[in-house]
Amino acid sequence: MWSYFARRVVIGVPTLWAIITVCFFLMRLTPGGPFDGEAPIPAEILVNLRARYHLDDPLWKQYVDYLISLLHGDFGPSFKYRDFTVTTLIAQGFPVSLQNGFAALVLAIVIGVPLGIVAALAQNTRRDYIVSAAAMTGIVIPNFVMGHVLILVFGVWLKDSFVHLPAGGWDDGAFANRILPVFCLALPYIAYLVRITRGSMIEAMRANYVRTARAKGLPFHTVVLRHALKSALVPVVTFLGPATAFLLTGSMVVETIFQIPGIGRYFVQGALNRDYTLVMGVTILSAALVIAMNLAVDLLYGLLDPKVRYER
Amino acid sequence: MSANLASPHGAALDAAATTEGRSLWQDAWRRLMANHAAVTGLVILVLIALVSVVGPYLLPWTYDEIDWRHVEALPPDMATRHYFGTDSLGRDLLARTLFGGRISLMVGILATTVALFIGVTVGAIAGFVGGRTDQYLMRFVDLMYSVPLTFFVIILMVVFGRNFILMFLAIGAVEWLTMARIVRGQTLTLRNKEFIEAARASGGSTTWIIIRHIVPNVLGVVMVYVTLTIPQVILLESFLSFLGLGIQEPMTSWGMLINDGAAELEVSPRTLIIPAAFMTVTLFCFNFLGDGLRDALDPKDR
Amino acid sequence: MNAPVLDIKNLIVRFATNDGEVAAVSDLSLSIGKGECLGIVGESGSGKSQTFLAVMGLLARNGSVSGEAIYGGVNLLTAGERALNELRGNALTMVFQDPMTSLTPHMKVGRQLTEVLIRHRGVDKTTARNEAVAMLKRVQIPEAERRFDMYPHELSGGLRQRVMVAMALLCGPALIIADEPTTALDVTVQAQILDLIRRAKDELDTAVVLITHDLGVVAGLADRVAVMYGGRLVEIGEVHQIFRAPQHPYTQGLLACTPRLDDPATATLVTIPGQPPNLQNLPSGCSYHPRCPYVMDRCRVERPVLTPGVSGGLKACHLDALVQGAA
Repeated sequence: MWSYFARRVVIGVPTLWAIITVCFFLMRLTPGGPFDGEAPIPAEILVNLRARYHLDDPLWKQYVDYLISLLHGDFGPSFKYRDFTVTTLIAQGFPVSLQNGFAALVLAIVIGVPLGIVAALAQNTRRDYIVSAAAMTGIVIPNFVMGHVLILVFGVWLKDSFVHLPAGGWDDGAFANRILPVFCLALPYIAYLVRITRGSMIEAMRANYVRTARAKGLPFHTVVLRHALKSALVPVVTFLGPATAFLLTGSMVVETIFQIPGIGRYFVQGALNRDYTLVMGVTILSAALVIAMNLAVDLLYGLLDPKVRYER
Repeated sequence: MSANLASPHGAALDAAATTEGRSLWQDAWRRLMANHAAVTGLVILVLIALVSVVGPYLLPWTYDEIDWRHVEALPPDMATRHYFGTDSLGRDLLARTLFGGRISLMVGILATTVALFIGVTVGAIAGFVGGRTDQYLMRFVDLMYSVPLTFFVIILMVVFGRNFILMFLAIGAVEWLTMARIVRGQTLTLRNKEFIEAARASGGSTTWIIIRHIVPNVLGVVMVYVTLTIPQVILLESFLSFLGLGIQEPMTSWGMLINDGAAELEVSPRTLIIPAAFMTVTLFCFNFLGDGLRDALDPKDR
Repeated sequence: MNAPVLDIKNLIVRFATNDGEVAAVSDLSLSIGKGECLGIVGESGSGKSQTFLAVMGLLARNGSVSGEAIYGGVNLLTAGERALNELRGNALTMVFQDPMTSLTPHMKVGRQLTEVLIRHRGVDKTTARNEAVAMLKRVQIPEAERRFDMYPHELSGGLRQRVMVAMALLCGPALIIADEPTTALDVTVQAQILDLIRRAKDELDTAVVLITHDLGVVAGLADRVAVMYGGRLVEIGEVHQIFRAPQHPYTQGLLACTPRLDDPATATLVTIPGQPPNLQNLPSGCSYHPRCPYVMDRCRVERPVLTPGVSGGLKACHLDALVQGAA
């Protein structure tokens, strides 16, 4: 188990390095740069700018310098927000995204998993159809449509009522400003969790050992919670690994719609402004998170299925 | 069937398997046809595809034509023959919605085809050849799984500019991973079946066996996955459009129309609701069809 | 026969499938006496397992039942989940076919045993543990203390089936239903498991229903044998009568199919020609008529009812007396 874990950590490092390398050269090798604005910049200023950001160094040197500074936790200066380093921007944005993502994750699990179980246990009844249809709706309606609709309803139509919620903005993380974005962020994950939990729970309830548990005369809730649920959670955990990484690194859509200063929005603006260092910083951060979460998933498998502990 | 009956779950009682002379595909088709949600989904999809392809030729306005009499979002008006009204630039919303559907469906289908091609090739080779080849290919797939792929699509779109061909290539290139895993799994179980051994014993080359025997037999699973990937791609395209990285004006897609409509939400919700409805219904239908196909091809799952 | 432990009357089991309704068991009546071992024999799909899953209330979701199954004055088929749960695992227990998948993989074996005792006898954990370990020893599991704290996948198939038997015996049941308990096991292990069941029957005076397709298993253990075909009972009688003088051509065919150790090595294996019946589309009249060597015109139109046979027992066949040794 632990050697397996160590092996996975060791594989994670070159993966991250490969991602960094591909990203780096992809961005440096393309025509156009961060200083191609609407108004052309005078040539001598451009030379200065390029010198300041070491863009006049040979490519391999830029690459090596970048890797070295990364090892020191330095993501380099932002090309667009010229007074900030990328590290500062991430340090500002990441906590915001982290908080919202975590809240959405908890919301999604707390609502999605129980609903999925309820639907599975009522398979092919009206209750199942209603829950499943709602889940499907949550999956097919794009996040940005949902966001705009929520703003329209709670921010505009209900402006003068007591359920009025701010239509956007962050206001230093006031509770009212968090409700809509967190909900909007959680919605598709709730929907996916319902579907996955439902499917795996139906499968688990058909298992021979669940029949054995019923034949023992155990009450239904014991059969479900003690015998069926654990194996039903395996696909749920598989899904939650990468999902957690995406939630925590901030949703580009939700943060843009609700004007939240998280790293998702930084990424979008960075991408649109060709702020290479910022884009790379966020990408590396989220890649590292995805790798870490997949590792966490592997560890959780061991808790859910004792077989895994020994076979690896 | 007899085996099923002895199994603990009478649910699996399946007369179909005993009735001789019906092929697997006929059987699956019959089961699919018995699934109302899937059939409805299929019919509506065909209708939407049809109006998206043919519709724009039959309308009085084209998607990029500006009605200079009123350059603003207008409600439906039979007299000016804007049956769904116009957008904020005075362009016919119906024509744009249909044209946008054409682009969205096209991106969905083309990107999925790219994913299908790469995924089936990699999966079938990994599963059939096995050994070190399998190890390396699957290691690579694992590695790709830990890459934040949406980020990559965005970076690609930014770096190479907004290009239609690049868009479906990029999306296809990130969507093939799951396909490869599924196909590999199926191939692994097929590899030891008698008919494959027979083909090998009679001297068929690896390529020949993969094309002739493996690919047709994984088709069912792949079809299910294709129907479920297309809507994902359509969603991803709409997401790119939302970020302003999608199709270029005056061309349009459902995602772009929705995004334009969202900006006008308070003034004329219609400009959001109409394309959003088209897209949502389409995605619903693909999902129903995909679920139906899965049930039809894998009866034990009912 | 003494007072029955379980009395099944006119049991019908149906399944709703996408291709219409299927009757897995039709109009079946049986009773099992106290301390008796009844063997249930038939091909796969004859309805033998479904009969007893129905009795235990363990049918798949799409199954429905009618008729009666009386235990202790209660009709199990209408008793409801709560009343059933008082009996299941307690007075009525089951041993399933596949020991590899019948134990919960993520729970230690011990807990899967003690939870039965805690549920039905309300004992505390320590008592439950002691009793469970004692039971593991009784079913001859070596190093019972150590095995108690293992997960199912750490045990061999034979040991797991012993655990299943131990689980069935924990509360001193009145009836054990063993559904093909040895099918998935090695031959040597099969005999040991059957021996455990025999000892439980003798020592605890427990009634046993032994469901199997293997007549050899039945011969060694059962007092009476019931033969099922196409969801119906076709013959029932004392074990020696069934083996010596079967009254139904299907039983005769089954016996002829069973290879014997004293057969000459040159003898070819006998099979019953044709396919097991399609439950959705059963043949008219007697379900067995397409495969029956003695088929008469009457068999194709009129379904035979159970009548007393010439050598005792009951048989559902239009023939008055079956020529012995013919098949």
